[in-house]
Amino acid sequence: MANFESLSQSVIAGKEAQVKEQTQALIDAGTDPLEIINQGLIAGMNVVGARFKNGEMFVPEVLMSAKSMSSGIELVKPLIADSDMPNKGTVIIGTVKGDLHDIGKNLVAMMLESGGFKVINLGTDISPEKFVEGAKEYNTDIIAMSALLTTTMLHMKDTIELVKEEGLKVKCIIGGAPISQDFADEIGADGFAPDAASATDLCGKLMA
Amino acid sequence: MLIVGELINTSRKAIKPAVESRDAEFIKDLAKKQVEAGADYVDVNCGTMVFNEEETMAWLVETVQSAVSAPLCLDSPNPKALEAGLALVKNGQPMINSITGEKERFEIILPMVLKYKAKIVGLCMDDSGMPETAADRLKIADKLIGDMVAAGVPEGDIYIDPLVKPVSTGDMAGVEVLDTIYAVKQKYPKVHGICGLSNISYGLPNRKILNHVFMIQTMVKGMDGYILDPLDKTMMGFVYASQALLGQDQFCMNYLTAHRNGLYE
Repeated sequence: MANFESLSQSVIAGKEAQVKEQTQALIDAGTDPLEIINQGLIAGMNVVGARFKNGEMFVPEVLMSAKSMSSGIELVKPLIADSDMPNKGTVIIGTVKGDLHDIGKNLVAMMLESGGFKVINLGTDISPEKFVEGAKEYNTDIIAMSALLTTTMLHMKDTIELVKEEGLKVKCIIGGAPISQDFADEIGADGFAPDAASATDLCGKLMA
Repeated sequence: MLIVGELINTSRKAIKPAVESRDAEFIKDLAKKQVEAGADYVDVNCGTMVFNEEETMAWLVETVQSAVSAPLCLDSPNPKALEAGLALVKNGQPMINSITGEKERFEIILPMVLKYKAKIVGLCMDDSGMPETAADRLKIADKLIGDMVAAGVPEGDIYIDPLVKPVSTGDMAGVEVLDTIYAVKQKYPKVHGICGLSNISYGLPNRKILNHVFMIQTMVKGMDGYILDPLDKTMMGFVYASQALLGQDQFCMNYLTAHRNGLYE
């Protein structure tokens, strides 16, 4: 018999077929779809995030868990009105202008999505103007910027300045290999995260 | 085989404070140790010093050159910092890391390669983004090699970096690099290959093991340059052992020297 605990365990183990099966069983048994998401799927992913952060789980396992969770969400989604979907906040994420590196940024996007955020992934080479446009279009709570090159990281500052000029009530966070807390403070970012799991925690704190 | 010692890089925690405080002895010592351990080139990377990279690069180049006679690999995404370093080079042929297929970058870096007759790392990426497959990489390598040779860069000065991505985020990440380097060497026997090794193991435990094994695997496919930590004895031991087994070490002399130097204790 499927229950929230076993569903969470399947998410943690990254067993996609099992997650689908258990999610469907819960749906068929008339379980509240929102509870399936919150107490089963997201609950499992929360454990994954914590284990990833303290080094018990690794990137490929997190990817499998996230994929399993998404498959579960796909089954439940049609049963829930869009406005009722769990949403801790809306984040637009992208790699800054002139920079085409996307692996870390995509990991962060995936972790945030799994953590219950609505994520709009703008891609790479995103200018300050495009970040601001996106923030307006999607009524964003947080702009998350990534850079791998030391020559492009200064565009983070340009984006933060443009956000202020436009008077947007949006938090700006940054990350990437050359980025440090010092740099974040220097350019007036609202936060810095050294890795994908910390980025989810950071967004959670900023939305609290 | 060309070994570039990667340790003088301000993104490494131990290096940043030494560079900021202009601790010349620390940098000289690190340069010497790397050359003694087998580095052919000493990499100099101060990209994290975004606000005074040019000045820092100049100081590093002069400091390293006062300690070792090995040539330098100047490593920066910032063309001005590269120029600041290149202008001061006096130890043999410098190496530039890197040129890419990105139009703007290619046009800025190429004249420096020609002016300083430098060895050049050609990184397989272009304006369309990061390549996925070996075929994508080969297409970029073809264009990089073709355009540079047409401009007068000797094939033997070109080091193609296939762009190593983590195997943790894509099962085929290692294979795509292996296939790329094999294809490049088949098509352009005089062109060299080079890569860093730590990207391959990102997101996984026991990273050293993966880095070591990937070095050996890429060498089998024709890779003949690495940007690595020459103070990692196991890594260097595997470099020499691998070369001997691939027929690149006459009478196993380098392997035996490595043995006598205690690399296999």
